[in-house]
Amino acid sequence: MIRVEHIYKSFDSRTVLEDVSVEFETGKTNLIIGRSGSGKTVLLKAMVGLHGVDSGSIYFDDVCYTELDFEHRKELRKQIGMIFQGGALLDSSTVRENVRLPLDLFTKMTEGEKRDRVDFCLERVRLQGADRLYPSELSGGMVKRVAIARAIVLNPRYLFCDEPNSGLDPQTSVVIDELIRDITREYNITTIINTHDMNSVMELGEKIVYIHEGRKWWEGTMDDILNAENKELNDFVFASAMAQRAKSVKR
Amino acid sequence: MIKKFFEDIGRYFMLMGKVFSHPERLCVYSRRTIFEMEALGFNSIALTAIISAFIGAVVVLQMAITLESAFIPDFMIGYSAREVMVLEFSSTVVALILAGKVGSNIASEIGTMRITEQIDALEIMGVNSASYLILPKVVATVLFFPLLTLFSIIVGVVGGFAIAYLTGIILPGDYIEGLFYCFEPDSIVYAMVKGAVFAFLITTISAYWGYYAKGNSLEVGRASTHAVVASSVAIMVFDLVLTQIMRA
Ligand SMILES: Nc1ncnc2c1ncn2[C@@H]1O[C@H](COP(=O)(O)OP(=O)(O)OP(=O)(O)O)[C@@H](O)[C@H]1O
Ligand SMILES: [Mg+2]
Repeated sequence: MIRVEHIYKSFDSRTVLEDVSVEFETGKTNLIIGRSGSGKTVLLKAMVGLHGVDSGSIYFDDVCYTELDFEHRKELRKQIGMIFQGGALLDSSTVRENVRLPLDLFTKMTEGEKRDRVDFCLERVRLQGADRLYPSELSGGMVKRVAIARAIVLNPRYLFCDEPNSGLDPQTSVVIDELIRDITREYNITTIINTHDMNSVMELGEKIVYIHEGRKWWEGTMDDILNAENKELNDFVFASAMAQRAKSVKR
Repeated sequence: MIKKFFEDIGRYFMLMGKVFSHPERLCVYSRRTIFEMEALGFNSIALTAIISAFIGAVVVLQMAITLESAFIPDFMIGYSAREVMVLEFSSTVVALILAGKVGSNIASEIGTMRITEQIDALEIMGVNSASYLILPKVVATVLFFPLLTLFSIIVGVVGGFAIAYLTGIILPGDYIEGLFYCFEPDSIVYAMVKGAVFAFLITTISAYWGYYAKGNSLEVGRASTHAVVASSVAIMVFDLVLTQIMRA
């Protein structure tokens, strides 16, 4: 479980997050949705500590992350996996080295154990044959999958995904979504996903938080979202022509 | 402008604090250091060799023309060539040239890692990204640049010999006599120490500009320009300071 309480964050004098409080549940795929520029990435990065917050607290289960000192933060971070919007693989390392790095730095595994663990994670994202390639030689979907493999290699308890399927075709998106959902269930992880892809919302939205201009505007599940009364949320959900048509057909 | 300067200095020292604290696994670091030695050191050998050989040759030619007088013995040409290479050229000028090559390389590499969130990704893993990325580069260049300085001295002197031999402007014997005239081995050590200090400046200053780059690729380009300018200025300032301290 991850809980944020009354988070404020501004850059210079521009307020980006305003009084956001929300709880994300363990073993579920929690979604943060909202328009481009609404503050989703900032919220995600604030939760993992990449952006300091101006005020408010963040709890990882019972630990108050905002009050931890440097060393304890570092310990907690080893339980966090994160998938960045652009993948953020290390360019100068191969796929295998990328996935292996956390093992090299933080475990006492033998060479053989590391190899097995990397193989296992790459197999999990169906990239067995690609381990010698460099990030520049991968397609967008492959980059995302390597990023997932790297994020789960240390068996994290918390998984953060910033737009895991932006820029991917619908089929690949579904593959990635299913992968994240399966991993979440299998290891009982607290997963938080940023997205503005309505397919993912309907696929994964066990808990959905809608952020509008830096504030929490609505929260619920994928079953509630189509019938929600909130105007801004409706505009967001039914923005595409297809969704509009589907809605009028339903009526 | 002045405020910005002091802000940069402050942030630079804070970054250095991060670089030299909490190193992760030693074996991972030593592997990266060897890699950086190749990337930043070995790959600069050719450039250093070409420039040093030509400067050595040009210095000998210039000296031969300038010192053409019956009262000045020919071996003084060899002597002056050595002094030029040892005292200033091989440490300072080579450092300036490497600030352009190595400095821009470091700043753009780290800057790109910053804007593509690779540094954030390291931080999230619990890695001290500053130390992981910068320390191996610092160690590699501080160990390697003194050798590069020594190499430059040797190549420069050989370049001078080659031009003396090829043009017959002075007798090779005189040239070699000049090379050993009033020779203080300490001056070589002094040049190598300067090489190490300049290596530290180039690497850390360039890494600083890369590490705090933000925005897009334009900003990375700007960061690498800043890196080259700032390290060049720092090299000149420290050249003055070190000369004052070590030669006085
Ligand atoms: N490092 C930063 N410095 C200053 N402003 C920032 C910074 N990061 C984000 N912002 C601002 O915060 C706002 C929210 O940005 P954010 O990246 O969270 O949007 P987002 O919801 O993730 O959008 P997208 O869906 O396009 O990724 C934007 O207006 C942006 O300009
Ligand atoms: Mg974003």
